[in-house]
Amino acid sequence: MSQIFNRSSNALARISIFGVVFLIAFAGWAFDTLNRSGYMTRQGEVREQPVPFSHAHHVGALGIDCRYCHTTVETSGFANIPPIKTCMNCHSQIWKTSPTLEPVREAFRTGGTIRWTRVYDLPDFVYFNHSIHVNKGVGCETCHGRIDKMALTAQHPTLQMSWCLDCHRNPEKYVRPRESITTMGYEPAGNQGEIGTRLVAEYKIQDARTLTSCSTCHR
Amino acid sequence: MSQTPKKLDVAAARARLNGTRGREFWRNLEELAGTPEFQDLIEREFPRQAIGWGEDESPVEGRRNFLKLMGASLALGGLAACTRQPTEQIAPYTKQPEELIPGKPLFFASTMTLSGVGTGVLVESHEGRPTKIEGNPEHPASLGACDPYTQASVLGLYDPDRARVVSHQGEVRSWSYFYNFLAGLLEQQKPAGGAGIRILTETITSPTLAAQFEAVKKFYPAAKWHQWEPAGAHSARAGSQLAFGQPVNTYYNLENANVIVAIDSDFLSSGPGWLRYTRQFSAGRRVGAGRNTMNRLYVAEPMPTPTGSKADHRLPLRATDIEEFAWALAAGMGLASGPKNGDNHDVFKWIGGIAGDLGRNRGASVIIAGDQQPPVVHALVHAMNDHLGNIGKTVFYTDPIEVGSNDQVASLEDLVKDLDAGSVELLLILGGNPAFNGPVELGLRDRLAKARNRVHLSLYEDETSEICEWRLPEVHYLEGWGDARAFDGTVSLQQPLILPLYDGRSAAQLLQMLTDAPERSDYEIVKGYWAGVHKGADFEAWWRRSVHDGVMADSALPAKTFPIKFAGISEPAQKPKLHGTLEILFRPDPAIYDGRFANNAWLQELPKPITKLTWDNAAIMSQATAHQLGVEPSNMLNLGMDGVPLVELTYQGRSLRAPVFVQPGHVDGAVTLHLGYGRTKAGQVAKGMGFNPYGLRTAKALWHDVGMTAKKTDGLYLLANTQNDHVLDTDRHLVHQGGLAEYLKDPEAVHAGVETPPPGLTIYPGWDYKGYAWGMAIDLNACTGCSACVVACQAENNIAVVGKDQVRRGRAMHWIRVDSYYSGSANDPAVYNQPVPCQQCEDAPCELVCPVQATTHSSEGLNDMVYNRCVGTRYCSNNCPYKVRRFNFYLFSDYETPSLKLLRNPDVSVRSRGVMEKCTYCVQRINAAKIEAEEENRKVREGEIQTACQATCPAEAIVFGNLNDPASRVAKLKADKRNYSLLGDLNTRPRTTYLASLRNPNPDIEV
Repeated sequence: MSQIFNRSSNALARISIFGVVFLIAFAGWAFDTLNRSGYMTRQGEVREQPVPFSHAHHVGALGIDCRYCHTTVETSGFANIPPIKTCMNCHSQIWKTSPTLEPVREAFRTGGTIRWTRVYDLPDFVYFNHSIHVNKGVGCETCHGRIDKMALTAQHPTLQMSWCLDCHRNPEKYVRPRESITTMGYEPAGNQGEIGTRLVAEYKIQDARTLTSCSTCHR
Repeated sequence: MSQTPKKLDVAAARARLNGTRGREFWRNLEELAGTPEFQDLIEREFPRQAIGWGEDESPVEGRRNFLKLMGASLALGGLAACTRQPTEQIAPYTKQPEELIPGKPLFFASTMTLSGVGTGVLVESHEGRPTKIEGNPEHPASLGACDPYTQASVLGLYDPDRARVVSHQGEVRSWSYFYNFLAGLLEQQKPAGGAGIRILTETITSPTLAAQFEAVKKFYPAAKWHQWEPAGAHSARAGSQLAFGQPVNTYYNLENANVIVAIDSDFLSSGPGWLRYTRQFSAGRRVGAGRNTMNRLYVAEPMPTPTGSKADHRLPLRATDIEEFAWALAAGMGLASGPKNGDNHDVFKWIGGIAGDLGRNRGASVIIAGDQQPPVVHALVHAMNDHLGNIGKTVFYTDPIEVGSNDQVASLEDLVKDLDAGSVELLLILGGNPAFNGPVELGLRDRLAKARNRVHLSLYEDETSEICEWRLPEVHYLEGWGDARAFDGTVSLQQPLILPLYDGRSAAQLLQMLTDAPERSDYEIVKGYWAGVHKGADFEAWWRRSVHDGVMADSALPAKTFPIKFAGISEPAQKPKLHGTLEILFRPDPAIYDGRFANNAWLQELPKPITKLTWDNAAIMSQATAHQLGVEPSNMLNLGMDGVPLVELTYQGRSLRAPVFVQPGHVDGAVTLHLGYGRTKAGQVAKGMGFNPYGLRTAKALWHDVGMTAKKTDGLYLLANTQNDHVLDTDRHLVHQGGLAEYLKDPEAVHAGVETPPPGLTIYPGWDYKGYAWGMAIDLNACTGCSACVVACQAENNIAVVGKDQVRRGRAMHWIRVDSYYSGSANDPAVYNQPVPCQQCEDAPCELVCPVQATTHSSEGLNDMVYNRCVGTRYCSNNCPYKVRRFNFYLFSDYETPSLKLLRNPDVSVRSRGVMEKCTYCVQRINAAKIEAEEENRKVREGEIQTACQATCPAEAIVFGNLNDPASRVAKLKADKRNYSLLGDLNTRPRTTYLASLRNPNPDIEV
């Protein structure tokens, strides 16, 4: 009885055995790359908004402080999306006939609202709190990037957990003096490592073990 | 499923059940009888659903299929981790309310009423959504605590089954359409002085409504107002009438009561003011920190209650014997010429001891009669308290708190007469459900329909709405303004938290229609009334303060004394004899009250105190009575899978089929029926649950009577009872307890027989908790088992409801359960309650077995649970010796119903299918407090964090805090000699520990 398989099949077997290993490795790599890609994390993606609000104009050009609109950023977990009234403080005087701003005026007239698209949207099982970060010396810029240069707002970081943990493990790499919280383009006055370590002690920032306990962010 | 009934030695089991002294502790009759099924319950995590590996036990899943499924779900679980965050929207306010900080809750004072009587609450509001109810510390009836009904009322607000529209004969109408109709009708009634107008309400204490009724009377002097409260204090009212010749409101101060005698009174878990009484009672039992005395509680009752479970001496007596007991006690203290002996020796056996104890504590004792006891018992108790000099010290009298206090049964009969005569032109039913819960012989369902025009204002379209052509949606108490009096007459305001969800109106608004200023808002009505009453020029400031505090300062009714008229209570009447029949007992249900909360799933699923029944009521009886009815031990000792037999109960020619439920400690020869079930027209939750005892309840015997017969019938009924779920081995010293005298002599006596591992015995590296170390102490001596904590936890932590079928499979999701243990004989056991949340072990068995590290230890000693990591292997739950982990077998959380979305606590994740969950020590509250403290550059203060269960506990049995702070209450309690760890021999080093329960028996009484 002749052999079923030709000798050449050996090569095929070898290729497929090692090939499978590479295939699995490739699939793993592809999966990981996809997961970390901007497509998945939506990093840098500009979201379409009902009114093309420009932080670059309001913050960068006009120099309005972040807290003029985001009033509760220092006191609450939620930084607050400004009520329509806040827009109208100025826009009842300037650009009052601009068609772009019609949704704002309409909302104010009718007691309605504007449905903004969330740019920074954490999963529901993550409980981020603005006030504690701001009070412990994490600047707006650290997470939101150069918002003063964004004509249309995009998500600056990946918002993946590893990104959060980077700071929760080593806060000294990122913290800045409280006075410079809203500063855009902040440059540490010296060595960030030294300043950071000093600030971590001064602001009594909790140790990494506490900051990386699951219940710090997940409840 | 290994549910083939195993052979049970019936005779041996019966012998064991009847043995006066069985094993020391037992959890249910199955255990006491030593059935093999019970061992299964202890050993297996989910004994009634786990798939075995044997051929006969695996319906579909063989080992191979199992592995395939596991592989597939692992792959899917992995893939599911990489979902793209969906696009979501966010909408700001137009004008932001000034006091509101988005992301931070606000608290508003309001008032919840039950049977008309108010309890102050603080309502947590997240951006305008009420999400959680807490007690109002300023309110005398709450003192910061809440009962299960109040805790669950926020679910009632968002109930999707609530009445939503005004309808006339099934057609949707507008309020103005109804107003026009009513105005037309009233115009016709005017000339006759409103002779055809009848208003039917529940008991009312609201001063505003009282004034409105007065106003209505002016316009329609011939109109009549009737009240019907199915579980009202009818006998207490009649009793004071008998004793004082007028209706009188009684309340108690237990702070200085050394001896308390409860005569069929469940004052620790029902009735107006019970939260306060529990607080005072528990304070009087706190031993330690220099206190060596405890109050002493005697309870005579037919059906075991939380009060009975706290008794130092509990006497199971039939309700009809209790009157004799009251007479004997009065005779024992030389007050009446009552009987010294009778056919039931039990009645008399302790009289001497109790009377002696009371005599030694004149002015520092109290006798409390239950609302269900007949008027003469109340009158006797008034006389005895008077005789003991307790009036003004522990017992207080005021004028009635209810408006128009009258004999409600007579009033209903009067209404029925008018209905039969056809003289009722307009019947306004404001709240209540009389067609369902009225006395059966009055046949209100048919009778009420005789009124020519019937209007029903109610929260739900119920049995009464069915017979009314006008159905009006009522506002929930969190939606409208109102006021109510508390147990002592204190007035508190009911402040709305949200606009009416379904365009409801309040009873006050409807009554206003009958006056000269028909169109006024509820706010104008209530505020207008108080503006007229308030003396002084500072009304606006006073009003704002009253609204803010939730309590009107100094509004309690003044305590009065009333001379007792002995004429009415001179001779004991002939005791009704059983003559071979059974005694029938009606009681408000511990979970759904008189039926009004039947559509509240939190309450339906709440394991009722003592019985641990959910979703049903039953014919509750003793095992001897069950045996008499031919219920075999194999049925009695049922683990819930096969069902229990049904009995046909016949009383006064009416009958009812109900499942048998055997309750240890229930008196023989009597059957307890909890009211409120068997609703025929109700929401999705209430429908088809239980059976309806109102069908047997007559005006003559609202609470109990002899002369019921029972017969076992064919068929079995499935009950969902959680007493058999999450069972721990009672041989392992779960409840530490002892007598006060022994404890004072040797504090270690309460821990006798317990093996404690030496400290530091562990193979794991130690961890130094430098910052906070959270811990909890639960005082079993204080806990009454009222189960308010269970509902509070459910509300705070977005815990899902699973339904009767899933409860039966042991899948109820409550994070804290209240275990009941018995010791002694099955006929008259002592009951111990033990709340069990996650013990937050320092060496936690669950953490080690999680393959994905979804449960890990925090730096502050919390046993964290990370839902988004959990893949649902359930290893942790399998390895938990306390059985406190709960698994979402299905998508139990309601993601769909829009109104329920408003209910959720935004600070807690809503768990999905396939995820393990458990008590977190309310980590959201810990973090909120920590963040606040850190922002202010300080440590979290003692008492700043209260877990939900702790906050609501009327007994202050649960204390939470920082163990690293030696001054904290919890640290002090843990240093107490009574402190012990549950299953401490396992060396899991739990952060939750218990304080042993103590009893203070009377040495003069031989047990």
